Amino acid sequence: MIRAYGPAIVLIAAAALVPFAITANTVLNFIVFALIIALAAQGWNVLGGLAGQFSFGHAAFFGSGAYTTALLQTHWGVNAWVAFALSILLAGAVGWIIGFLSFRSGLRGSYFALVTLAFAEVLRILANASTFTGGAAGTLVKLDMGPANFQFASRAAFVWIALALVGFVLIATIAIMRSRFGAWLTAVRENEDAARALGVDTLAVKLKAITLSAAITGAAGALYVQYYLYLDASIAYGPWISIEALVAPIVGGIGTAFGPILGAAALHGFGELTKLFAGGIPGIDLVLYGLLLIATIAFAPDGIMGLLKRLASVFDRRRTR
Amino acid sequence: MLSVQSVTKRFGGLVAVDSASLDVAQGSIAGLIGPNGAGKTTLFTLVAGFEKPSSGTVSFAGQDVTALPAHERAALGIARTFQIVQPFAGLSVVENIAVGAYLRHPARADAQAKARAVADLVGLGGQLEQSAAALTVAGRKRLELARALATEPRLLLLDEVLAGLNPSEIRDMIPVIRNIRDRGVTILMVEHVMQAVMSLCEHIHVLAQGKIIAQGKPAEIASDPAVIEAYLGQGAAKRLQAKPAGGADA
Repeated sequence: MIRAYGPAIVLIAAAALVPFAITANTVLNFIVFALIIALAAQGWNVLGGLAGQFSFGHAAFFGSGAYTTALLQTHWGVNAWVAFALSILLAGAVGWIIGFLSFRSGLRGSYFALVTLAFAEVLRILANASTFTGGAAGTLVKLDMGPANFQFASRAAFVWIALALVGFVLIATIAIMRSRFGAWLTAVRENEDAARALGVDTLAVKLKAITLSAAITGAAGALYVQYYLYLDASIAYGPWISIEALVAPIVGGIGTAFGPILGAAALHGFGELTKLFAGGIPGIDLVLYGLLLIATIAFAPDGIMGLLKRLASVFDRRRTR
Repeated sequence: MLSVQSVTKRFGGLVAVDSASLDVAQGSIAGLIGPNGAGKTTLFTLVAGFEKPSSGTVSFAGQDVTALPAHERAALGIARTFQIVQPFAGLSVVENIAVGAYLRHPARADAQAKARAVADLVGLGGQLEQSAAALTVAGRKRLELARALATEPRLLLLDEVLAGLNPSEIRDMIPVIRNIRDRGVTILMVEHVMQAVMSLCEHIHVLAQGKIIAQGKPAEIASDPAVIEAYLGQGAAKRLQAKPAGGADA
């Protein structure tokens, strides 16, 4: 038990101390943003990493969560916390629908990836055209500071909320990986026919995975809205978030519990540093992004987690010698 | 235990299985043999539920399972192995077997304990933590068998578990299969290794060009003219009989 959950608890506890040490708004801003990306990536990892179904359109879930929270508040004055909970449910439902349509017709691999991309793009175009969503001008959530409205003057509060969500999903991911459902996810990822022969209802397992995955990424979208209080179609359903959600786990370690968090931290950490030192060149952080991705795929196909594991085993061998 | 009634499977214009019927008695080891391309593996996929027959019925323990998907048949107690072994390459041996064990043991500790017990039964007890991808061919065949066994089947369908093994590995495997049957699991096996079929099976069904052409005890099958012709070509049985002392020109 301690072996399985210990590192996760230590990491989250250590991160929770950061706002006490650092109070600079730019740094806290960066941490909140990186945590939102990490959360979206954790969602992607459940479907892409554990179940092996690569989605290219997690924006569909991020955006659905984000719009639910924003529109429930602006149109109907629903309480922000209630809206947050509903947005997670709705994003999960969107995940189930997309999963049902594509898995039922037996889509796999690149076909599944393309279909998810198509769903996200359709949603983006619809959201951009509809007056209900504010169209291209976007939607502003009314500024009304106060814990009851899920709005905080202090950035530290947001760091803790985001951290609590990321921590919860991290622990849940580890629990899933140690459970029967986790074993079935792996079986589906490795070989669907063999899984069926062993009594695994592969369609049900994949549907469960995409629903969970969408709900988590939807929570990231809702959190984004609550933090920035603004949303438009290209933020909500734009390809940027689909890419963020899949690059972070790939860089960090696909199918591992910590991978999405490490990946998001590494990518955005390096991105911010380059902006700091070479801020004069626009887009330089994106160049670095690409370079990191190439380096990962070429030299560390199992991501940072795989690299750490390899280093640990080299170290072990040295010690025993 | 298992009853297949005039099952036909067409793939487009090709009739892979043509109105085949067979029964497997509870507690027996039955063999399904036939020349390459006879439709043995297709018949297996129909019994295991991976394909639906074009016509005919499959019933298991008195229940019609023709419409049930593979995972529901597994839950009822039909397990299969694959001719081309399908290990979960990213998992260790014990994790591979545990996937099967989870069917009847939802708790992790129970499933792992079951997986260890099954690994011992098939002789993989010493390689539990090894990666499945690192196993030898013989090891993978045993893993395939172990995973199926971990689902605690009542009927086990073995698709060429001996193919690709050397003679000593085959000798090691035969008692393992017999031991499984002695624990109350009914077995239907597709096999090309005749020495094994003859020594293990109590009843043999012969499939040729999608049709069951003969069934009976091993000794009857070995001398059945229709079977000999299916394997060696038309007229072979007559030529063998005509020159019992080894006809060089046959």
